[in-house]
Amino acid sequence: MTAHTVGAAFDPTRTWRLHPQVAVRPEPFGALLYHFGTRKLSFLKNRTIVAVVESLGDHPTVASALAAAGVDPDQEAPYLHALSVLVASNMLVIKESA
Amino acid sequence: MTSIAPVPRLIEQFERGLDAPICLTWELTYACNLACVHCLSSSGKRDPRELSTAQCKAVIDELERMGVFYVNIGGGEPTIRPDFWELVDYATEHHVGVKFSTNRVRITPEVAQRLADSDYVDVQISLDGATAEVNDAVRGPGSFDMAIRALANLANAGFADAKISVVVTRHNVGQLDDFKALADRYGATLRITRLRPSGRGADVWDELHPTAAQQVELYNWLVAKGDRVLTGDSFFHLAGLGAPGALAGLNMCGAGRVVCLIDPVGDVYACPFAIHDRFLAGNIVSDESFDNVWKNSALFTELRQPQSAGACGSCGHYDACRGGCMAAKFFTGLPLDGPDPECVEGYGAPALAEARDKPRPGADHSRGKPIMLTLQRPPAKPCNESPV
Repeated sequence: MTAHTVGAAFDPTRTWRLHPQVAVRPEPFGALLYHFGTRKLSFLKNRTIVAVVESLGDHPTVASALAAAGVDPDQEAPYLHALSVLVASNMLVIKESA
Repeated sequence: MTSIAPVPRLIEQFERGLDAPICLTWELTYACNLACVHCLSSSGKRDPRELSTAQCKAVIDELERMGVFYVNIGGGEPTIRPDFWELVDYATEHHVGVKFSTNRVRITPEVAQRLADSDYVDVQISLDGATAEVNDAVRGPGSFDMAIRALANLANAGFADAKISVVVTRHNVGQLDDFKALADRYGATLRITRLRPSGRGADVWDELHPTAAQQVELYNWLVAKGDRVLTGDSFFHLAGLGAPGALAGLNMCGAGRVVCLIDPVGDVYACPFAIHDRFLAGNIVSDESFDNVWKNSALFTELRQPQSAGACGSCGHYDACRGGCMAAKFFTGLPLDGPDPECVEGYGAPALAEARDKPRPGADHSRGKPIMLTLQRPPAKPCNESPV
């Protein structure tokens, strides 16, 4: 079993990334995520959230990833909620500094 | 955005089919050491046409290219194949996860270690009674002890979170709490699925399927305690018993849309419970490839069209149950565009009472006809019996 903290609190000021055991499969509606460790399936229901999730690791904060994907600050709420759900199910983990 | 609760738009997307299955069932062999009375694939004897090691590896290559996350490997008893572990290793090396069902994992220390080290392999031990009496009546003498030994071996080897896979019947539905306790004892997760009248199950379904009162009991148990129990989304025919979303999972029929079955000879069926020519989409060898069958077969194209609600069209529950399980209707001789035989509104019962022509399963590899042992009802707790 891997040592990543399960269900860490979602702190948008940290750098997050996909769990290394998560596979992403693009779909017309967005993407399917499958976690080989927890064997859980999740759905990303639009292309924007897919772009955000895939680029999180390249941005120092969640806000900068959202901005880069074209999400206006007043539209952030549903995306922050979605990310917190992904954190709770261990699909996203904190990126340890290199 | 991630979802446990069903979102209609997504379900509609899924009902129109995906470019590749999310997962699929792959029966590796029809050979089996047991002869369960309800075997969905009528397994027993190996089929001489079963896919070779090289053909199996070619299937895995294809699944990797298509982005299939994992395969549910079963049979028959898949570990009987001499190349079983070779194929498991090949799949995980090619990023195709493996969940396999077995009745007797023979775990050498090396195999146990390999299983414990891999996050890409999951093991399901089949068990159809929380006591030997209930289990062995269906799965054969000695099979309860064999399954418990396998669970103990896995736990001792440090394999975390094996699955105990239970087909819910009239005789074990009162044992759900006992199954859960058993799973907890071995650090395992309970997985319960619906009994289908498929394969040899057609012969025993009338006798074994839960009664209407037991279905309600089962539904209430799932809603109350089902959050840490897996179901393979197989109880969607019960969704109408409560509020939308109360039952965890997608609750739709994924046959030919997001799942399918590859049988030991490479035939592709809409789902594991539909081994019959009516649901045969093609063959991975004679029809060129699995990818071709998945994307272009006439059957799957038909299943991805909007389906007629038929006799269920005026029922308020149709959005919840979508008319129930296609295979359950077909093998009990009911029309596909009518109610499920276990319809929660009770519309299945009168249909079952009429004269029916039950189709025979497509491929029968049974060694003779297994006979259900005489079963005394387990000492049911009085409170488990519905007063209505």
